[in-house]
Amino acid sequence: MADLSTITYREAVAEGIAREMRRDPSVVCLGEDIGAAGGVFKTTAGLFAEFGAERIWDTPISEQAIVGAAMGAAMTGIRPVAEIMFSDFLACCWDYLANEIPKVRYMTGGQVTVPLVIRTANGGGLGFGAQHSQAVENWALTIPGLKIVAPSTPADMIGLMASAIRSDDPVVMFEHKGLFASKGPRPPEDHVIELGKAAVVREGTDVTLVALASTVPIALAAAEELAPEGISVEVIDLRCLIPMDLTTVLASVAKTSRLVTVEENPHQAGWGATVVSIVVDEGFQLLDAPVRRVTAANVPLPFADALEDEVIPTVAKVITAVRSVVSF
Amino acid sequence: MSEVTTTVDEATALLDMYRQMAIIRRTEKAAYDLFLAGLVKGTTHLASGHEAIAVGTSAALRPDDYVFATYRGHHHALARGAPVEACLAELMQKSTGLCKAKGGSMHLTHAAGNMLGSYAIVGAHLPMAVGAAWSARLRGTEQLAVAFFGDGATNIGAFHEALNLAAVWKLPVLFICENNLYMEYTPIGAVTAAEHPAADRAAGYGLPSYIVDGNDAVVVRDVVAGAAQRARAGEGPTVIEAETYRHYGHSRTDPGSYRPADEVERWLKHDPIDVARARLEALGVTPDAIRDIDDSATAEVAAAVAGAKAAPAADVAEAFTDVWADGGAAWRT
Repeated sequence: MADLSTITYREAVAEGIAREMRRDPSVVCLGEDIGAAGGVFKTTAGLFAEFGAERIWDTPISEQAIVGAAMGAAMTGIRPVAEIMFSDFLACCWDYLANEIPKVRYMTGGQVTVPLVIRTANGGGLGFGAQHSQAVENWALTIPGLKIVAPSTPADMIGLMASAIRSDDPVVMFEHKGLFASKGPRPPEDHVIELGKAAVVREGTDVTLVALASTVPIALAAAEELAPEGISVEVIDLRCLIPMDLTTVLASVAKTSRLVTVEENPHQAGWGATVVSIVVDEGFQLLDAPVRRVTAANVPLPFADALEDEVIPTVAKVITAVRSVVSF
Repeated sequence: MSEVTTTVDEATALLDMYRQMAIIRRTEKAAYDLFLAGLVKGTTHLASGHEAIAVGTSAALRPDDYVFATYRGHHHALARGAPVEACLAELMQKSTGLCKAKGGSMHLTHAAGNMLGSYAIVGAHLPMAVGAAWSARLRGTEQLAVAFFGDGATNIGAFHEALNLAAVWKLPVLFICENNLYMEYTPIGAVTAAEHPAADRAAGYGLPSYIVDGNDAVVVRDVVAGAAQRARAGEGPTVIEAETYRHYGHSRTDPGSYRPADEVERWLKHDPIDVARARLEALGVTPDAIRDIDDSATAEVAAAVAGAKAAPAADVAEAFTDVWADGGAAWRT
């Protein structure tokens, strides 16, 4: 018998979308291979069978048309959920994320709204190389006007998908490729997580680790390994980059006095730099040690597993960073 | 093509189009003069010479159809009902501006008239119009969407992605190219592998296309009416290439000296307002009646200029509104 109490992160994507499509007929999906094929990552499996061709639309390989059409539909009474297959391909339609979608409400003096979700498979760990494995959440963070969500668990995927689709603002939803096979509890039907609310996923007193999506399990594993050394690590799952829940981060640092960010995006202009700048600015007196950032290196993502591990955050790298701030 | 019922109706309809063109022409002249006077900042891309395309199209549309325009878009905002004073106030950075002085000349938008924006990244709004047409189909409203664009936009990827998707999904969208023969300062023919930059590309997507005199509002109205009828009947998109000419340069104070004098002279003699006036006279409308419209347009735009000049400057508090749907700009806690 199928285990109905658990669900994979991959299944949670489709489940989260399906729950919203059942409650709101204006929710419509579009993207490459998302229909009968169920998506290249099977994250839309079952949607075409349940909702049909009038609500699940296969598109050509035309990222600008996908996201541009989603924008036009969002401005005129539809809540589109657009899939960009790999987050690397956001570059093919970056005009819409950088210049059109986040700005049109503002530059028209509030005359229009753009309630859409752009979903995309993000991050490394599957050996797809430099053009299919990047973590690009920091690209979106450079643009005022986009909300940015990156869940780390199946339950969060469902709860945050609900809020993303219901949001009247544009949301970029980063679905982490390395987490698709992970399993977790299936949340109840009315499970909704407000955007911009971080979660303290492990309590501790010595160091605050701020993590996102794939780096949450890495941070948790590091915390587990450090516990026998007497190092008590608090782990915060940021969940969203915009709105950014710095209240939760500052409250944690007030307790631990030490901060390490764990980011899969490159060090240069990674999201942790924004977290750190605010903590140093507003919480300088709370700190007992320098802050550290564990990030991807500033190189294109290599193909070979050993090289990829060398470049992206690992449990060992997080442990090293935590020890360094504790022993400072 | 749509039938025009009687001469009287046609005269009334054309008088209204003439009135709108007269207002647009004077608004653009005012914008130019205000720019020279230092009261309009940044940039402008004036549409004098393009009036018949906006007004002729609007005459063939339903009020709830969607319009998407380019940074040369004053005429489209006005043709869909944007108040002259609010448009000029926007250019003059006034709090009463159409977009609260947050958009400027290149982003005039009149959502109340379903004129859903002027976009300053070439070609970006064509997929948006496709999306609005898709939305209309999903909602079963029989609305259609129009994307106006310049000849230069036909060489950017979004144009081709939009035409293909609209054709594949058979959407009610009209692609109307305002071919004014120049992409900015370069003749379009020098950089385009097709004689008719929009119309010749339509065949590649199995779409019907028309090349029409964009300076004749009646011709524009009638070709759009036919395409609109097809679109509403579920027969899909149409590409219309309307040939026209800018009376000013590309932007700001560009004198347009890259254009040969004889070409400029030829086009100025084919002014859309003169074309409409000749049609009105042929329908028996008296020169006095036409002069009355001219005078009233002059007075309306003069009053709009005065009103915009007198309006308060942009409210600095507005810098932090309208990012999010809740009206605010908060990005963190």
